Amino acid sequence: MMDFLDGFWIQLILKLVGILLVVLTGALVVIYAELKIGSHMQTRIGPYYAGGRWGWAQPLADGLKFLQKEDLAPDGADRTVYGFAPYVVMMSTIAVFVVVPFGPDLVGANLDLGAFFLLAISSLSVLGVLMAGWSSANKYSLMGGLRAAGQLIAYELPLVLAVVAVVIQAGTMSLNGIVDAQSQTVFTVAGFDVSLPYILQGQIIGFVIFMVAAVAELSRIPFDMPIAESELTMGYLTEYSGIRFTMFFLGEYASMIALSAIAATLYLGGYAAPGLPGDLANFAGPLILLLKISILVFFIIWIRWTWPRLREDQLQTLAWTWLIPLALVNIAIISIFKVVF
Amino acid sequence: MAKNVRFPYPGLFKGMWVTLKALFTKAPVTMYPQEQEIPVPRARGVISLDVDNCTVCMLCARECPDWCIYIEGHKEEQPPSKPGGKPRIRATLDRFDIDYSLCMYCGICVEVCPFDALHWSPEYEYSEENVSLMLHDKERLTDWLATVPQPPALET
Repeated sequence: MMDFLDGFWIQLILKLVGILLVVLTGALVVIYAELKIGSHMQTRIGPYYAGGRWGWAQPLADGLKFLQKEDLAPDGADRTVYGFAPYVVMMSTIAVFVVVPFGPDLVGANLDLGAFFLLAISSLSVLGVLMAGWSSANKYSLMGGLRAAGQLIAYELPLVLAVVAVVIQAGTMSLNGIVDAQSQTVFTVAGFDVSLPYILQGQIIGFVIFMVAAVAELSRIPFDMPIAESELTMGYLTEYSGIRFTMFFLGEYASMIALSAIAATLYLGGYAAPGLPGDLANFAGPLILLLKISILVFFIIWIRWTWPRLREDQLQTLAWTWLIPLALVNIAIISIFKVVF
Repeated sequence: MAKNVRFPYPGLFKGMWVTLKALFTKAPVTMYPQEQEIPVPRARGVISLDVDNCTVCMLCARECPDWCIYIEGHKEEQPPSKPGGKPRIRATLDRFDIDYSLCMYCGICVEVCPFDALHWSPEYEYSEENVSLMLHDKERLTDWLATVPQPPALET
């Protein structure tokens, strides 16, 4: 029975289908969560009738509505780039899950340079955004795209530096290796081996920096300057409609899951949970990781419905005067501890 | 964060606490078609017409900011009250329409009517799927009259 699973192509297809299923249904669930949590935070009820109960089918209904709509492109648009941009965003988001481990063996590819791959591929989505902004032949889109590119300068460095600290502490760039390092015994209390995720091993500053940078990368409130409805109509999304808009929309929520998965893996112990026997990890691992992801996603949604939008220059000052120095100090401290102990 | 801008502590976290509390409190929402809100007795729901009081003076139509009242009338000669007297002229209402798709419920027509022909009624469920049906004619406006609450007792 298990021999059947060893074929390369079978494994590839299983992994592909699994990742697509997890990412796309996950995105729909997160969209629903955003609708519901957001409205309750504003003392509203939110979707109520779609699907019969609690409006659970609202994201599906929205998706179907978008699919029916005409796929418009402005006259002056660069059609090829304009059409391709949403797929770049979507691909970069889905490609993140290639290296995110859902269990010791449940991983698309256990790359030795996993963390590096993550950072490289997740910042590719900005390229799609810039393509969308540039090719739309619309001043709002262009401003949105340029803001996204400008934002990249602010958040990318803290993001990378925060991850560097984790890589130093774990001594490996492989995500499986990082999770393994977090399930090592730190100390023993009354015969129990206690393992701690990195957030409890002195990475709390790194975690905060990573999350701030991740929200900036997602371009969600408080860092949604590239979209900024009140200033730029809808930023780089202004001209998009129909299926391409759906792609961007799903991509935004899928990348919320992706970045939360990265944060959960790097800082919260990934699929590992203290006290979980190793032979169960392949079955319970995905659930534990999804739990951690949903906590982080809730946090991102919570922030979105609470805080106002910053200005672009405020993000730059925040990043360059606070996050980057803090991240450097964080690296220094982590390295010293790594060498000393 | 410019030099003169303080880090918004504790404001940021107060805000998070407010939204978290709101998330777990029941939203004060009336689920309208299933449960109904009872309007206050003198709520401004719909304007009703007392045809007998109307003298076709057109004051309401003229004062209406939206011009949503349409009035037509004609003069009828009444027989004189005493034999040999002068025949009286009485204005009769032919048409009195209020277009509720235009009405903004300011109530100026009700205020301005010198003969108390217009009254507020608290009824509010008269939405239509076709906008032309929002034009209520004389008969429909008269039907609303039954729902008008009694005026408060006069001070003696």
